[in-house]
Amino acid sequence: MTRRITVGPFNRVEGDLEVRLDLDDGVVRSAEVTAPLYRGFEQILRGRSAMDALTLVPRICGICSVSQSMAAVAALRAAGGVRPARNGVLAANLAHAAENAADHLTHFNLFFMPDFARDAYAGRPWHPEIAARFKAVQGSAAQAMLPARARLLQIMGLLAGKWPHSLAFQPGGTTCAIDLGERVQLLSIIGDFRDFLERTMFGDSLDNLLAIDSVAALEAWRDGRGGDFASFLAVADDLALHRLGRIALPLMSFGAYHGEDAPLFAAGVLDSASAARTSFDPAAITEDVAHAWMRDTSLSPLEADTDPDADKPAGYSWCKAPRLGGGPAEVGAMARQAIDGDPLIRDCVARFGSCVTTRVIARLRETARLALAMHQWARQLDLAEPFLERGERGRDGTGIGLVEAARGSLGHWIELRGDSIRRYQIIAPTSWNFSPRDRGGVPGPLEQALVGTPVGDAGARAVTIQHVVRSFDPCMVCTAH
Amino acid sequence: MDSFDILWLQGASCGGCTMAALEGGHSGWFAELKRFGIDLLWHPSVSEATAEEAVAIFERIASGEQKLGALVLEGAVLRGPNGSGRFNMLGGTGRSMLHWVTALAPRADYVVAAGSCAAFGGVPMAGGNPTDASGLQYAAAEPGGVLGTAFRSRAGLPVINIAGCAPHPGWISETLAALALGGVDTAALDAFGRPRFFADHLAHHGCARNEYYEFKASAEELSQQGCLMEHLGCKATQAVGDCNQRGWNGSGSCTSGGYACIACTSPGFESSQGFMETAKLAGIPVGLPLDMPKAWFVALAALSKSATPKRVRANAAADHIVVPPRSDPGRRP
Ligand code: SF4
Ligand code: SF4
Repeated sequence: MTRRITVGPFNRVEGDLEVRLDLDDGVVRSAEVTAPLYRGFEQILRGRSAMDALTLVPRICGICSVSQSMAAVAALRAAGGVRPARNGVLAANLAHAAENAADHLTHFNLFFMPDFARDAYAGRPWHPEIAARFKAVQGSAAQAMLPARARLLQIMGLLAGKWPHSLAFQPGGTTCAIDLGERVQLLSIIGDFRDFLERTMFGDSLDNLLAIDSVAALEAWRDGRGGDFASFLAVADDLALHRLGRIALPLMSFGAYHGEDAPLFAAGVLDSASAARTSFDPAAITEDVAHAWMRDTSLSPLEADTDPDADKPAGYSWCKAPRLGGGPAEVGAMARQAIDGDPLIRDCVARFGSCVTTRVIARLRETARLALAMHQWARQLDLAEPFLERGERGRDGTGIGLVEAARGSLGHWIELRGDSIRRYQIIAPTSWNFSPRDRGGVPGPLEQALVGTPVGDAGARAVTIQHVVRSFDPCMVCTAH
Repeated sequence: MDSFDILWLQGASCGGCTMAALEGGHSGWFAELKRFGIDLLWHPSVSEATAEEAVAIFERIASGEQKLGALVLEGAVLRGPNGSGRFNMLGGTGRSMLHWVTALAPRADYVVAAGSCAAFGGVPMAGGNPTDASGLQYAAAEPGGVLGTAFRSRAGLPVINIAGCAPHPGWISETLAALALGGVDTAALDAFGRPRFFADHLAHHGCARNEYYEFKASAEELSQQGCLMEHLGCKATQAVGDCNQRGWNGSGSCTSGGYACIACTSPGFESSQGFMETAKLAGIPVGLPLDMPKAWFVALAALSKSATPKRVRANAAADHIVVPPRSDPGRRP
């Protein structure tokens, strides 16, 4: 017997979300994901002066405002032909990495782990310890993480004035040149962040953690170890989280932390079944509105308009359906690390596939890699050189800005006429992962990942649904924008 | 001591006010709340209760069964399309945020707008305001909003507007703590309902560029150290906030970060055009310091420009100090 349930308000995700599930014998047979908030940024940006996008666009999202700024900056650079100052690129990488790392910490401690502290798991041997550590608001993990997060975000005070919503990020670089004392302060903050990871998150040095190159090595490392990562691995094992939220869609990354040479994390597309990596082609991206509350428009982001149609009969979300080569793709830290060739994440994908466990491991693995990269960038700043190059502005043309937010691939497509914005299209990471069905009826990644989730008699209260949804670290405010 | 119960909801927000709140307090925001006896009945980003458990909390408050110290709203209230509120449905409830906010506000001792969106409508109102967004008791500078000019919370106060996009974490924590301590009355708020402990200052106060301002030694390009008012759009002499007195993310601020104050604490800030350019009439900035007659400003600017020390002039147009202050001990010129 099939019954339909609605889950919402969905909390401990960023923004608004509703999920509708068809259940058969206590198992999800089909899912529909709804983004229930529309603010209309693409409409708001139309006709504004090009540089004003730098004020408005970060305000799409308070959790990844630097990512939004960086995508706008990259699009304006592409349209205007400005070459950024090398220091500006390094400083922006530092700020961007600090934001993404802060997001990973926030997700793990505040959004994801508290579900294991719920009464639903009261019978498990690990429950008392996990509940004391991760209970929402009261757990000791949040008490430890929040000051560490605030300290990490002091990087923003030094390099970007404030966070969220900084205007320091410009096509020519960043507006804030730092001095010798401030470089030392940066290194001190990055050192504190590394200490937090080594003491609290991993219970081991980052070098040892990053030397783990396979699932077998991870299992050997985990046993008897303190630290929150090991606690997660034990819970994941006991609950077989590698069987939850499994899908086999192409993984995509735009490449992260661009510098003069190659990005820190490579761009590409990975077939998660065969592990074959191919290059990524921006022209393969389309956006379908068959089941979005949007008026029909071009499939190409450079030619599309965004106009709401709240009464569209086939619509069930404000989120459009981005597609790569005509099909859905999964984005996020797991995709980024697998495409970059991180041996542990490659092995996790090979052994477990794309699932709840792999997604969480990839996020923490990436956090460790970022701490090392940030130290390098801070050392590479040349304090005698400028942080900002002047650039010409206000010419006709188009530009595409592709970056990686914590949650995955973020793109801005801009068309300028003189100094003003004629069209602006945004495709956010969660628009990929939480997309509705397309015109072919193909469900988006989360809609597919929820199929097969056992919910038993718990219905909408089933904690398994929560694990699957949160494993993507959704950001709903970005999704429909 | 009775706990001071808070329900925090997110309307059309970016989540940035919550992100800022999570930066607050040396021991973390949760410890800070606990210290002042504040209990988060529910907050969408951090609480355990989900789906029907959360809806049950809203319903208990709406029916009067559960007392409520403060309703805190983050984000604008969307009234569109056509007054239906459907641009922002609260997932799982089949009802709009417009519905929930108007149902819950009359039950709260205090109603608090966290951020300029909930206070004045904020960024969703930019451009043509495609979603018919509004603040709780203002739509931009226009009184009324969603709750109406006459609205008073149970304690007799209008909506308390912690303006800012995003507000400083301290403004959020300190306002909530002051409410829990019981020390907030209408005299504690300015004409736009903003707590005076931060709104009685201008963002310009304490700016590291104040010496450049005095001599009208201006930055011509972003990343230079001079005052940003003359050419680069700085509105801090007209914007309330103690931004440059208390530091953001440790020691930062907009102007220390090298870019203009865009007056994010002011209603309607989102409608400005050319945020990083100074609007001028006959070469004189249109937005002059609030309490300064224009003729005086022009006269003083001319005088101070003629008196600008070389050091200040040279540094104003550079991205780092090129002429240090004289350091010969004890000598007077
Ligand atoms: S930059 Fe702005 S805040 Fe700083 S001194 Fe100039 S006018 Fe004042
Ligand atoms: S300096 Fe101005 S723009 Fe910056 S936070 Fe303060 S009031 Fe807002």
